[in-house]
Amino acid sequence: MRLDGSVLTARELRVELASGAAIIEGVSLELAAGDILGLVGESGSGKTTTARSLFGYADRGVSRQSGQITVAGEQLDTADSLRRARGRLLSYVPQNPGTSLNPSLRVLAAIEDMLSAHAAESGPRSGRGAAAAGLLDRVGLPADGQFGRRFPHQLSGGQQQRVCIAIALACDPPVVVLDEPTTGLDVLTQDRILAELVRLRDERGAAMLYITHDLAVVGQIASRIAVMYAGRIVEQGPARQILSAPRHPYTRGLVASTPDHLRPRVLEAMPGIAVGVGDRPAGCAFAPRCGQRTDRCETELPELAEISGRHLVRCFEWRSTPAVAPGPPITASPVARADPATPAAPAADLAMAGGTAPVADGVLVADGNLVAGAGADVRVAGPAASEAGSGQAILAVEHLSAEYRGRGARHVAARDVSFTLAEGGCVALVGESGSGKTTIARSIAGLHPPASGRILLAGQELPGRAQRRTTQQRRRVGIVFQNPAEALNPRHTVAAAIARPARLLRGLDSGAAQAEVDRLLDAVRLPARVARRYPGELSGGERQRVAIARALASGPEVLICDEVTSALDVSVQAAVLELLRELRRELSVAILFITHDLGVVAAVAERVLVLRGGIICEQGITAQVLGAAQHEYTRRLLAAAPSLSVSTQAWHDPEPAAPLA
Amino acid sequence: MTAATARRRPAVPWPALITRDRGGLVGTVLLVLIVLVALAGPLVMPHSSTAVLGTPGHGPAGGAPLGLDFLGRDVLSRLLAGGRSVLLLGGAATLVIYLAGLAIGLTAGYAQSFADPVLMRAVDVILSFPALLVMLLFVTAFGGGPGVLVGAAALVLFPGVARIVRTATTEVMTKGFVEAAVARGERAPAIMRREVLPNIVAPIVADLGIRFSWAIILIASVNYLGLGLRPPTADWGLMISENREIISTNPLAVLAPAAMLALLVIAVNLVGDAYVRQRSRSGGDQ
Repeated sequence: MRLDGSVLTARELRVELASGAAIIEGVSLELAAGDILGLVGESGSGKTTTARSLFGYADRGVSRQSGQITVAGEQLDTADSLRRARGRLLSYVPQNPGTSLNPSLRVLAAIEDMLSAHAAESGPRSGRGAAAAGLLDRVGLPADGQFGRRFPHQLSGGQQQRVCIAIALACDPPVVVLDEPTTGLDVLTQDRILAELVRLRDERGAAMLYITHDLAVVGQIASRIAVMYAGRIVEQGPARQILSAPRHPYTRGLVASTPDHLRPRVLEAMPGIAVGVGDRPAGCAFAPRCGQRTDRCETELPELAEISGRHLVRCFEWRSTPAVAPGPPITASPVARADPATPAAPAADLAMAGGTAPVADGVLVADGNLVAGAGADVRVAGPAASEAGSGQAILAVEHLSAEYRGRGARHVAARDVSFTLAEGGCVALVGESGSGKTTIARSIAGLHPPASGRILLAGQELPGRAQRRTTQQRRRVGIVFQNPAEALNPRHTVAAAIARPARLLRGLDSGAAQAEVDRLLDAVRLPARVARRYPGELSGGERQRVAIARALASGPEVLICDEVTSALDVSVQAAVLELLRELRRELSVAILFITHDLGVVAAVAERVLVLRGGIICEQGITAQVLGAAQHEYTRRLLAAAPSLSVSTQAWHDPEPAAPLA
Repeated sequence: MTAATARRRPAVPWPALITRDRGGLVGTVLLVLIVLVALAGPLVMPHSSTAVLGTPGHGPAGGAPLGLDFLGRDVLSRLLAGGRSVLLLGGAATLVIYLAGLAIGLTAGYAQSFADPVLMRAVDVILSFPALLVMLLFVTAFGGGPGVLVGAAALVLFPGVARIVRTATTEVMTKGFVEAAVARGERAPAIMRREVLPNIVAPIVADLGIRFSWAIILIASVNYLGLGLRPPTADWGLMISENREIISTNPLAVLAPAAMLALLVIAVNLVGDAYVRQRSRSGGDQ
């Protein structure tokens, strides 16, 4: 602990509910100038509460806060000192810039607001316009007046977040708190923002507290990491050490469940769910989920003890925490290195997959760029494609185009997309938001009739609308949606939700459907008593399992999973991915897995299609695409995607890390 | 957080839901009392509701605790007799309002295509006429019978419900569970009934009290203009208007029926709010 250079010292922070139950307890943080401290933990662990308590900001229902906060030598102990510190000593970059910016304030006005709030420090009024423009420039936004006169809704998500960062930097505070600033942004945007933050840190020497649930992101940016669980810091230390050799079993669980596209390995899910505020046990809060607990863990709370230089762990048994075995580096097989133009692949598979045809003529994509039309740029499926499942195509999409009509204008969401999904195989559709992934999923499910092209199920063409499909056709395709909170009807019990498709599509009577509910709940690893519950009584991961059970109730041969894990915590994500893998093995369901996360792709899919602006720009065997990407866009995606192994590589071996950002 | 807040009690039958809530209990008791007064009132009233007993506008006296009205009739007796028409006409109008509003709103919100703009523009046309004018038009054309009053009030007031239902429906339609129902080939009526309707109950019930009171007020206004229920019928709405001239000599002649109407509206609102509140607490509603 470098007490001398620290700009932020927080001691024994405690925030409790009106009932007296602590949300966070005994949280102490220290930040030196130029430090980036990553505060990680799953939802409900107290990260945001900790951040807000630094500002003396309490959410509704929070009764009392205690602890000492010192920033740049100033003690923040009264309401007034906290208020004067906000923006000047400490500033906040929120998670959701879209809702955090005042929609009625233009960009420059929003920044000037912050300047005028601390008028004494920011100089005379006349200089504020120029100062605000300078800030825009500093965060990589155009500093001209035209941009400054825009409203937040006229900006992209990344631009909105930059404006939020500019506001946070306006008064040149020594400490900036960033609360999940890139969650919800695309990987390319996220990568740019992270690079921007590192640059700003270097330029200004500001200390940053970076809150996130994503270990890979924090590994990319932070020098130190503090891990929170159930309102307490359980491990704290140098970033590389924490990520490569975690000592607390919870940290280890987080690392083991974080997917990595460069070193894919089987993800390990943590058993159980996080304890709620007020239900925390007397001893270690993690003990009920911990594989190395002893009797002592259940009665006595371990201290946050230093185990080596600046590495603190709150665990009695930290010595027995097993290491996380890194997966082998992803490498393309020799086949992948063959000239893609050589027609080496089986003709039938290729013809269906569309080969290079879709991109060959060079098509205008959504953002106005031209995709290079060179056929050599486009990867075709290699012979190894037959590894995926039994090789027989259960689903074939041929030259699918889909569009939206909104207020006169036509928006093309997918253009000439072709691919096949083998029986029992798993194909991943990867792309950023707006790339058309979800539209393709909806078209296959019969929710969005394609503008042209065909969808074949076992060689039989599917009508565009679900209503026009036969019961058998509908039975054979299941879909699971992105948001588990909205996927289930809150007014129906779990049993009713699962029984419905079984009765409607398989004609089961109520007794048989009930038996099917029990069987499916067991298949998705949920206890039978869940059947009587309503979705509101379940956690996000449980709801997603119910949604999967509902999709399986019709006995589908194709399961479309549309970003099914993106709303879940990593440990829950690992459990859901594991479940999908088991279902494939046991039921030989073919899965079309839609995601933006390359790490998840590496963990689940044999084949991957990279979508950009509605066009497939690369497709092939996962290892080949991730290991030796041909298309420039795929390479950019790969380079921008954060990876744990890259962050920890320098720790493992002395070679410099792969070029990242 | 989710784990802690997600634990909710299982579903309870709705009457228990309402009476479990303090406001709901008060509302239920009030509502039962008012309905009792309206139904049994005519049986226990001390005088005939139409007999002239003395000086118009006379204050409270021995045989008439609430005094006499603008024609010298007993206010208490008229109060006891005047609840039936209010409850019946207001209740019937509200029922028709919701039937029409739900049918149109659900169809428009579900269709999201041709039917939506057509239905909603038709609804807007109705909304663009002043309510009272439409009421009067109907009453002048078809007479002031109870059926016409109910029908006209419903015609004027259903567009608001249709709009609420449509907005709530379009929001629910984007949810995954509706898409899942479409994808498994459920028919439109089944989707509306099973997936949409249970999830739009909250805004509908929240609006119920206001809509009910508007129906009563509209019908009362027509009665006041002498085009609806004919004097000497006793009706709380009618009493408020017809006794306005004697408000200085016997304010109770206006205040008593006004208080009854107010209590009725408050009771309906309390019950509705309690239902919405308790339902969201028990079922995980948004």
